[in-house]
Amino acid sequence: MVRRVSSRVYLALVFLFLYAPIAVLMIFSFNSARSRGVWGGFTLDWYAQLFHDRQIMSSLYYTIACAVLASVFATVLGTVAAIGLSGMRGLPRALTAQLVYLPMINPDIVMGLSLMLLFISIKIPLGFLSMLLAHITFCLPFVILSVLPKLKQTQAELYDAALDLGATPLMAYAKVIIPQIRPGILTGFLLAFTMSIDDFVVSFFTTGNGVTNVAITIYAMARRGMNPKINALLTIMFAGVILLLFIANRRTADAKTRR
Amino acid sequence: MRKKLLNGPYLAWMLVFAILPLFIVVWYALTAEIGGERSFSAGHLARVFEPIYLRVLWRSLKLAAVSTLLCFFLGYPAALILTSRQFRRRSILVVLIVLPMWMNFLARTYAWLTLLEKNGVVNSVLSFLHLPAFNILYTDAAVILGMVYNFLPFMILPIYSVLYKIDHSLIEAAEDLGATPLVTFRRVIFPQSLAGALSGVVMVFMPAMTTFVIPRLLGGGQYTLIGNLIEQQFLTTYDWGFGSALSLFLMALLLVTGALLMRSRGDGEGGLW
Repeated sequence: MVRRVSSRVYLALVFLFLYAPIAVLMIFSFNSARSRGVWGGFTLDWYAQLFHDRQIMSSLYYTIACAVLASVFATVLGTVAAIGLSGMRGLPRALTAQLVYLPMINPDIVMGLSLMLLFISIKIPLGFLSMLLAHITFCLPFVILSVLPKLKQTQAELYDAALDLGATPLMAYAKVIIPQIRPGILTGFLLAFTMSIDDFVVSFFTTGNGVTNVAITIYAMARRGMNPKINALLTIMFAGVILLLFIANRRTADAKTRR
Repeated sequence: MRKKLLNGPYLAWMLVFAILPLFIVVWYALTAEIGGERSFSAGHLARVFEPIYLRVLWRSLKLAAVSTLLCFFLGYPAALILTSRQFRRRSILVVLIVLPMWMNFLARTYAWLTLLEKNGVVNSVLSFLHLPAFNILYTDAAVILGMVYNFLPFMILPIYSVLYKIDHSLIEAAEDLGATPLVTFRRVIFPQSLAGALSGVVMVFMPAMTTFVIPRLLGGGQYTLIGNLIEQQFLTTYDWGFGSALSLFLMALLLVTGALLMRSRGDGEGGLW
């Protein structure tokens, strides 16, 4: 009994530790006093003002545009690569598998600055395009690692059966394989999207010329003191991402019960 | 259709955007421009071993190691509690561990300033309870706190996932054979959780060793860990050669520690969790 209670208290403290900064951030997005730490009463002003802040809105635009494009592109490239990888054997497969992990084990600061050096060397101007290329690169492993296990579960015979029944390989993939691995593709896409939205370090090194994402804007603001408008924006974004995950979770749960 | 060919675009992509950049880092680290000509030189690498930079490295290693240990000692019990059968919907609790990661980590780290300030939330609560004030902002302790805060889920999750898979009948067998809870833990549960614990250690130590944001935000103005030093070389002093040499050294260091730890894990699977 004592153990039970103490373990609950311990877990509650861990959650308090993890959620205290988030709670502070959200509460202060409703604070009418501008400075952090002083409570001046409840207001929704920051939420209203948020939409008139050019700098914040443009960084939000770049964040979302980059996340959508990078995750769509990484999902397509990564799914095709996962299918290819499942057809490989022996040393080439082992080497490719190692390559998949490279962007994950490489420290993000090294990835960011090495890509910056690359873009400068091959004369791609630092800006939205270079940031997008970098995001696609670090999103790829998440897609591949979400799709591969699903491919393992699908039966190779299904693909052969489709060919026997006269499907072209492309049709067999579109009608048989892709529907089977769809949950993995969706997970990969969502992971890639959230990784891209949250990225700071790689973006920081690979962007330029007035193109900033939300994280870079926060970093710049942190030196001058953070504007409560950012708290409002983050509260909205956090709620949005949670809603997205909830919907995704609901859908997979529905699919399971239907079966 | 040959499936293998489908890998072509991906391999080409990785060659250009993952492998080639690393070669450029190596190139900058090992060459120096003298009189308009680039030639091989060990100068940048030699500078890495100058006492002032070794001190930065040592400090980074120390802070990362302390953070990793703290994460382990805080995270292991949490993972263990999460696997216990007292919670009806523990999958929700596990999701709650991950959820904070969906709020931008810079903002969350910055929010600690509000909590830790002299007149901040933590001190207000402490003074309300008539307890002494807690001032750690802009010290090593604040940086360690920031690292533990940010990386704790990376410790809890891999440990949780191995503990979750432990065959419960083994624990019951140990209990039937008269083992006390402590002995069961030491001889049955803990040895089987080592693989997860090692993944956790690697996943915390690596980012703790390379972060430059947490020391910048919580460590105050002129705080230098190796991540800050590297960032400075690229974006402030434009010494790309030295910056590349530092990155190369850091990568080698992490690769060796990572490989050693993962080898002792000995399951051959590179899986993250």
